[in-house]
Amino acid sequence: MSEKTLRLEVDDDGIALITLDDATRPMNVVSPEFIDEMIAAIERVAGDAAIRGAIITSAKPAFMAGADLKYIATLTGGAISPDAAVEFSRKPSIDMHRRLETCGKPFVAAINGLALGGGYELCLACHHRVLGDTPEAKVGLPEVSVGLLPGSGGTQRLPRMIGLEPALTLLLDGKPVTPAEALKLGLVDALAPRAELLRAAKDWLLGAPDPVRAWDKKGYAFAGGLLNPAVALTMTLRSATIAARTQHNYPAPIAILDCVFEGTLMPFDKALQLESKYFAKLLCGTVARNLIRTSFLNKGEAGRLARRPAGAPKIQVKKLGVLGAGMMGAGIAYVAAGAGIEVVLLDRELALAQKGRSYSQGVLGKEVERGKRTQGEADAWLARIVPTADYSMLQGCELVIEAVFEDVGVKADATRKSEAVIPERAIFASNTSTLPISELAAASKRPAQFIGLHFFSPVERMPLVEVIVGRATSQETLAGALDFVAQLKMTPIVVNDSRGFYTSRVFQTFIHEGMLLLEAGVAPALIENAAKLAGFPVGPLALLDEVTIELPWKIVKQTEAALGARFERPAAYQVMRRMLEELERPGKRYGKGFYDYPPGGKKRLWPGLAQAFPQARAQPDLQAVKNRLLYIQSLETARCLEEGVLTHPADADVGSLLAWGFPSWTGGTLSLIETVGIGNFVAACEAFAASAGPRYMPSAALRDKARRGAGFYAR
Amino acid sequence: MLTPQITQSGHPVPDAFIYDHVRTPRGRGRPDGSLHEVPSVELAAQVLRALARRTSLDTARVDDVILGCAQPVGEQGGNIARAALLQAGYAQSVAGQQVHRFCASALEAVNAAAAQIMSGQSDAVIGGGVESMSRTVMGADSGAWSADPAVAYQNYFAPQGIGADLIATLDGFTRHDVDAFAVESQRRAAHAWSSGYFSASVEPVRDVLGEVLLDHDEFMRPGTTLDTLSKLKASFTGLGQAGFDAVALQRYPEVEALEHVHTGGNSSGIVDGSAAVLLGNRDLGATLGRAPRARIRCFTSIGSEPTIMLTAPGPVTRKLLARSGMALSDIDLFEINEAFAAVVMRFMRELELDPARVNVNGGAIAMGHPLGATGAMILGTVLDELERRGLGTALITLCAGNGLGTATIIERV
Repeated sequence: MSEKTLRLEVDDDGIALITLDDATRPMNVVSPEFIDEMIAAIERVAGDAAIRGAIITSAKPAFMAGADLKYIATLTGGAISPDAAVEFSRKPSIDMHRRLETCGKPFVAAINGLALGGGYELCLACHHRVLGDTPEAKVGLPEVSVGLLPGSGGTQRLPRMIGLEPALTLLLDGKPVTPAEALKLGLVDALAPRAELLRAAKDWLLGAPDPVRAWDKKGYAFAGGLLNPAVALTMTLRSATIAARTQHNYPAPIAILDCVFEGTLMPFDKALQLESKYFAKLLCGTVARNLIRTSFLNKGEAGRLARRPAGAPKIQVKKLGVLGAGMMGAGIAYVAAGAGIEVVLLDRELALAQKGRSYSQGVLGKEVERGKRTQGEADAWLARIVPTADYSMLQGCELVIEAVFEDVGVKADATRKSEAVIPERAIFASNTSTLPISELAAASKRPAQFIGLHFFSPVERMPLVEVIVGRATSQETLAGALDFVAQLKMTPIVVNDSRGFYTSRVFQTFIHEGMLLLEAGVAPALIENAAKLAGFPVGPLALLDEVTIELPWKIVKQTEAALGARFERPAAYQVMRRMLEELERPGKRYGKGFYDYPPGGKKRLWPGLAQAFPQARAQPDLQAVKNRLLYIQSLETARCLEEGVLTHPADADVGSLLAWGFPSWTGGTLSLIETVGIGNFVAACEAFAASAGPRYMPSAALRDKARRGAGFYAR
Repeated sequence: MLTPQITQSGHPVPDAFIYDHVRTPRGRGRPDGSLHEVPSVELAAQVLRALARRTSLDTARVDDVILGCAQPVGEQGGNIARAALLQAGYAQSVAGQQVHRFCASALEAVNAAAAQIMSGQSDAVIGGGVESMSRTVMGADSGAWSADPAVAYQNYFAPQGIGADLIATLDGFTRHDVDAFAVESQRRAAHAWSSGYFSASVEPVRDVLGEVLLDHDEFMRPGTTLDTLSKLKASFTGLGQAGFDAVALQRYPEVEALEHVHTGGNSSGIVDGSAAVLLGNRDLGATLGRAPRARIRCFTSIGSEPTIMLTAPGPVTRKLLARSGMALSDIDLFEINEAFAAVVMRFMRELELDPARVNVNGGAIAMGHPLGATGAMILGTVLDELERRGLGTALITLCAGNGLGTATIIERV
């Protein structure tokens, strides 16, 4: 029999070989067609007296990658009812895996390559597992990372096979493991060289194996439950570590723990039913939808240049000019050289340029030390960075990125000096984080080839590039800039020009809101904890200390100078001014900011804040503070979308996660509004507008959207 | 002063009188502790035998024996009260039950005994408790609150020590403050022992040959100084790092970071022990030919926020005073279990109590806290002290697991 996703052949020894080979996809996935066809194959094996047992393997490099996330995405977040979700889980879990396991014929998984999620769950349902001994052949259950749990027996077979603690580690971390580790943990029964995999699988079948799993034998008992003190301790500690790690924002880890705890107390069939219910609960929730939509699907599409104008010729940068060898320039040079690009790193003095290059040397040295890279690789990498103070060295660069001082005049000078040397068709990009691209382009004689490429610090660890299209920027320039981002294997979002673009503009609302809460008398610890409990990596006050208040203050001053009378002071103006001028606590670099930085000790909030910003007697509740910090950013993002700074909600969401660590459970700044419910969101913002200030007033367009119950994404 | 309480139907509520009480000395709750060889049931039985002997009690007159126990599993499981009373040679007709209100179990047992008498349903009831911490594993009685993931997670479960450190952090008690409290507890306990204040009520525990195993609280470290205490390591830093600090801050986000100030030296000691109180109506006194020593005036329990867990004593005291129409000034002596120094310090600060009226003979930091037995022990201790000082009224309270708290007011007659 030969179907769309698999074929089944029976050899002379009565061994069926089921080969997974999806005709329409590069990877085998657990799709509805596959489930139907696999069920038919299992029934064929079960019902055909001439078949002694079956081998399941794959004709593709990977065994099976798990579920089709694009398809799963259409079911999440309330798209289907909980009953339908249980049914969705039941079919592969019961009709496929459980039937395979109990049909009376032995099945062996010949795992030729990567087996993840539903793919590995299929292997778990088999009576024996042989794994190809190649480095790519990792196995694991990463469902937790998309906000789900393994819903086809994974949470129940794994603990029964390898024990509670190791199973929980795999299920909760979601990290795939190498073949050697898989064998050691008992995730597979044997390893075999790739070429001997089928032979090993068949040998096992010919040895008349027992097709009844341990948990289906009479008298089987799992030492679960709280009468086992080890289980009680595990559950107590794991509940706390999950709470500490998720801040109660991600429902999957605790559902997994619960499902394992409860399920291992039950007979196997009952446990599978319970697992389907827990799975359904997660599938119908918004967090799984958000994680799948933004962190996987839309991030992936951005990486594949979803916003690249069609038809523009593809460019490849071989020689890159980087102007300014400070922190940003040095970082850009490092990643570009890593992508095999020749980099001219230019600063006004050779020594400064050399210092920028030595940044790469430092990073690479550490990587060699840690065994991540050979000395030869590091040497070649570093050799691609040429430091100079001479603009003529920029000859032949297809692209130049300036990362010089944030000053229109300095930037204009760098632009003119570069354009005097670089090829006619070369692209000139600015790494400015705030200055309008169209204004900077005024210094260019080829403004159509002028674009913004906003990298984040530290460049080698921040995968996002905000690509800013100026008024005059051409489609070809945009396409070329995106091609370059792809060359760096980084993720671009595309925004239109405006002061602060998207990321700086919205991010500022976060830190300003933190200062405003402080000014309003909210306890500083509550502000910081609320941010962390909402899912931000650090609180706004700690973040301000990291960058120093001088940085946002400079932006304020710059904008004030540029706009003159039109400038509206940000609401947190006074807090910044007082911290800098009155209290003289600019930030961490000076050893004093909102926090004290005792030498050798942990930073602690500066006790003097209590006098400088007296605390209100009545403190707001935690949820209100969390909401203020989250909602102000979503509100500003919605404004960016209305103003055309953003053109796609996916750019907003992906950008917010990658640029400043907006919490992933929300799906991003715009998905947060859909998660809260747009009606609830608008109502809450209106209430904040009344209590905290007019900056919270939702726009007419947003209020109208709420009235219509419309979202940002098409369903 | 005795004001008879009246039921709604106009009948007087019978008084629940205390006729006698007895406790074991507290043995170190470890395998090298003196009481480790004594099974829990025997520990309780020795107390019950002593009580019957001291009062010439015809045990057939006892309606019920109620014992608290905070880890009622294994040898302490299966209703240890019934097993212990039979072991003690009480009449088979005596009923027995075990109650579990965590650390307040024995006080709850006394209250339940009083309730049977005050409701007119029983004439003579024994309330008390037993805990052999050297023979049971801490956490053996885990339960849903701490170990069912769905419950522990939603309830923001954190172990008691985290709660104690959280109290200290919130109230600004420094390591020096809590250590100073512990030094005073040791000083008071040592003084009380050397002055013989406990001797009337402590019955030595004997081994299978009838030889005395222990006749004093062996956990005490008289002469403890701030200097010796300051060298001890904080006990709950590791648990905090394991995730419980984060859990606590999720409930108390106004706190920047937990200060781990509690150590083995300023927390209650892990010990073995048992205690029992004989309660009865007025007729029992006539039968025994003994005058009642005190009556149970009122009692109550509450629940409070479970993550900090240990802050119920203040609120339960206020509730009890309000219910009984009393004021703090009506109470001569306060006895609050020294689970952790910060628990008592918060209680005193919250109620603005003079430390000279609180735990006047030391507490569990010095002498130990045999979980399910402590409530009856400290009730007895403060009754003896009222008599010694010629005072009238005392309030006994304990914080307990999962945010519970129990309080009782006794009054000499």
